Amino acid sequence: MASTDVLVIGGGLHGSSAALHLARRGARVTVIEKDYVGRHASGVNAGGVRRLGRHPAEIPLSVASLELWYRIADLVDDDCGFEHHGQVKVAESEAELEILRRRVEQVRAMGFSHEELVDREELRRLIPAIAEHCTGAIVSRADGAANPYRTTMAFKRKAESLGVRFEEGRRVTTLVRAGKQWRLETEPGGAWEAPVVVNCAGAWADRIAAQLGEPVPLEAWAPMLMISARMPHFLEPVVGATGRPLSFKQFANGTVLIGGGHKGRAQRDQNWTDLDFGGLAISARTVWELFPVMRSAQIVRCWAGIEGRMPDEIPVIGPSSTSEGVFHSFAFAGHGFQLGPIVGSITAELVTTGKTNVPIEPFRIDRFLRTAT
Amino acid sequence: MSTAVALRESYDLAVIGAGPAGLAAAAKAARLGVDTVLLDEQSSPGGQIYRAITETPLRDRSILGADYWRGADLTASIGDSGAQYVANATVWSVSRECEIGVSIGNVARIIRARRVILATGAMERPFPIPGWTLPGVMTAGAAQILLKSSGLVARNRVVLAGTGPLLWLIAAQYLRAGAEIAALLDTTPRENWRAALPHLPAFLTSSYFRKGLGLLRAVRTRASVIRNVHSLRAIGDDRVREVAYRTRDGAEQRMPVDHLFLHQGVVPNLNLANSIGCGHSWSETQLCFVPIADEWGESTVEGIAISGDGAGIGGAEAAAQRGFLAGLDAACRLGRIDHTRRDREAAANRQALQRAERGRAFLDLLYGPRMSDRIPEGATLACRCEEVTAQQISDTVAIGCTGPNQMKSFLRCGMGPCQGRLCGLTVTELISRARGVSPGEVDYYRLRPPIKPITLEELAGLPKTDAAVKAVVRG
Repeated sequence: MASTDVLVIGGGLHGSSAALHLARRGARVTVIEKDYVGRHASGVNAGGVRRLGRHPAEIPLSVASLELWYRIADLVDDDCGFEHHGQVKVAESEAELEILRRRVEQVRAMGFSHEELVDREELRRLIPAIAEHCTGAIVSRADGAANPYRTTMAFKRKAESLGVRFEEGRRVTTLVRAGKQWRLETEPGGAWEAPVVVNCAGAWADRIAAQLGEPVPLEAWAPMLMISARMPHFLEPVVGATGRPLSFKQFANGTVLIGGGHKGRAQRDQNWTDLDFGGLAISARTVWELFPVMRSAQIVRCWAGIEGRMPDEIPVIGPSSTSEGVFHSFAFAGHGFQLGPIVGSITAELVTTGKTNVPIEPFRIDRFLRTAT
Repeated sequence: MSTAVALRESYDLAVIGAGPAGLAAAAKAARLGVDTVLLDEQSSPGGQIYRAITETPLRDRSILGADYWRGADLTASIGDSGAQYVANATVWSVSRECEIGVSIGNVARIIRARRVILATGAMERPFPIPGWTLPGVMTAGAAQILLKSSGLVARNRVVLAGTGPLLWLIAAQYLRAGAEIAALLDTTPRENWRAALPHLPAFLTSSYFRKGLGLLRAVRTRASVIRNVHSLRAIGDDRVREVAYRTRDGAEQRMPVDHLFLHQGVVPNLNLANSIGCGHSWSETQLCFVPIADEWGESTVEGIAISGDGAGIGGAEAAAQRGFLAGLDAACRLGRIDHTRRDREAAANRQALQRAERGRAFLDLLYGPRMSDRIPEGATLACRCEEVTAQQISDTVAIGCTGPNQMKSFLRCGMGPCQGRLCGLTVTELISRARGVSPGEVDYYRLRPPIKPITLEELAGLPKTDAAVKAVVRG
């Protein structure tokens, strides 16, 4: 049996980031990944590096994470394809613009200034291709996007260079306490022990938590994306909408990525997602209405990643409520990519010092247990 | 003219592809009382082998040959079978629940079926020689499409290069249509004879033998055939000007050319089956992936069967027989006939299938393309859409990329307009060679729908489903 300081379960961006930050703090780390690194949501998400429109509890983390994104090459020796042409959330009516105005006030009241209300004219300047009926927007100018698979691989490679071992193609079967150690076994056969375990198992993280006697109401969930053939360049920032779900961006090569919160069916035991073309059709209609230039676009591929989601759509971050030496970081519900750099850092801080200054109370794993009783 | 509106919401059975297998399956099932729809992308039935059989301008039957015209019976049989035949219907998605995304005349629909038979046929194996993307270079299959559907032949200096029965058939059809062929460069590896020889007796008593001999004679008398060719290169600037090649260990020779038609066999078109998640395995004799299916064609996904050349290359006659078997099985599984009747009726088809497959092993082994013709080197493009070279793929394996799906993320190969439909085998074999493991272990791209591009406008026009409306969540 191999012995190490920390076992990280899950080789997505969050697991790789936690491993990297732990190694920087001097820990010996092994990452156990059931498929290959970046196989699921981490490798196939929309790549948004977005503070705009975050749940209030996530704003402090997201703001701190963006600072890491601006220095991402210092952290992982790769720019991860990070570009910062801003994120824009458009209003399609006066009523929606009023919602956005109140949102900006709320964010300012919390002491953050990255969200900015802009009028119709400034919106047109930022996005000349936007449909006529749009009335304004909120903008977070320093936000952007990055290449998700490249990012995850960069975290993995940097972690490896600091001594982290990645065991790919190994699924955790048992996790049990043996004295002061956690003993972990996998299929195909392998056994490790360490005093600390970090659960970054994404859509499968509830199974790890269940073995620790702390069940969570996690739903495996498959947000769908689609991409077009190359189009002439017409868009710089990443665009979302207010009254309906949308995530819309054009890559440097001209292809256009369309997401928007519609979900397929996740079959996590088969690593499979079924697409729901009815849902994709709603996204297509949204784009049809917001970007007339897209009406003739060819859609060449649709897909979905498998992601974990809690009922309140914010993640679980922090120590286990039942088991000493176990820490969780999962259920980012389709918006965890931007948080990857900072949450790995927070987890490493928790593991090595037992505390963090970042407010993570809202992400406690037992929050649903407490409200249920 | 079929329209999307003419489609109903649901059917018992949907058959996709109206080649020999699809026609046979749909006609058989429909005659047994199964409510069947046959969806086909072309404007008339027949698939690739019998392409344009009802509307080809070539009325001289000797040009395309008797085998081609045999398809007329099969296409006629669908007419009074009771199956609804829908032309110009591009199927771009099939789900594991047998929901079918189909577009007709730029209108998209989702229809449902209780069962689906995929009869998507074969496609030409990639032939990635240096210069294969130059204008003037095309696959021999593409040249044949122009001949069958429009009666078009290329003028000026035409060279065919490659291996396989279809190459000779196309050469013969070309010559009969009055075209000149400057040369046929035969890349069949000499050493294949040794492996193929034990299967020669079966081949000599098969129908392939007589037909094949005729084709070889017909082409040799009218065109210069150069054997033992390897190291092909297409050379040119704005278009192909010359073809370079070697024979045995000889020096490189060059030949001026205006049109170079390449072909080195066909492989199952697995794009749709792969996107549904049907299991497949690597065939060492056919050097391609073939779907895992039972003797009726049932795939590893419940409700989805695969028939014809799409289930493994066997040729038109075998495809039709396998189509009949799949049709019988569908009728049985849908409760129209019992197992006894299915098995009884299948006996004749199984016999005919065995006859049709006789000699196949010899052809597979004799015409198996050599590794250097399948796996390119250096600056030769593997993925033409994203212009990814063989060298880039080998280099990326060296830094730890183990499979085609990761390769997509590293290099974007297979991510362009064709979505890997053309480069899939090349990329798998490149990775396989670089890693020193079998192509089966490397596996293939995971393809995602739409397997043919659809416009945003088509997608936006799909009716809303209840599930879709409820599924709206925060992005």
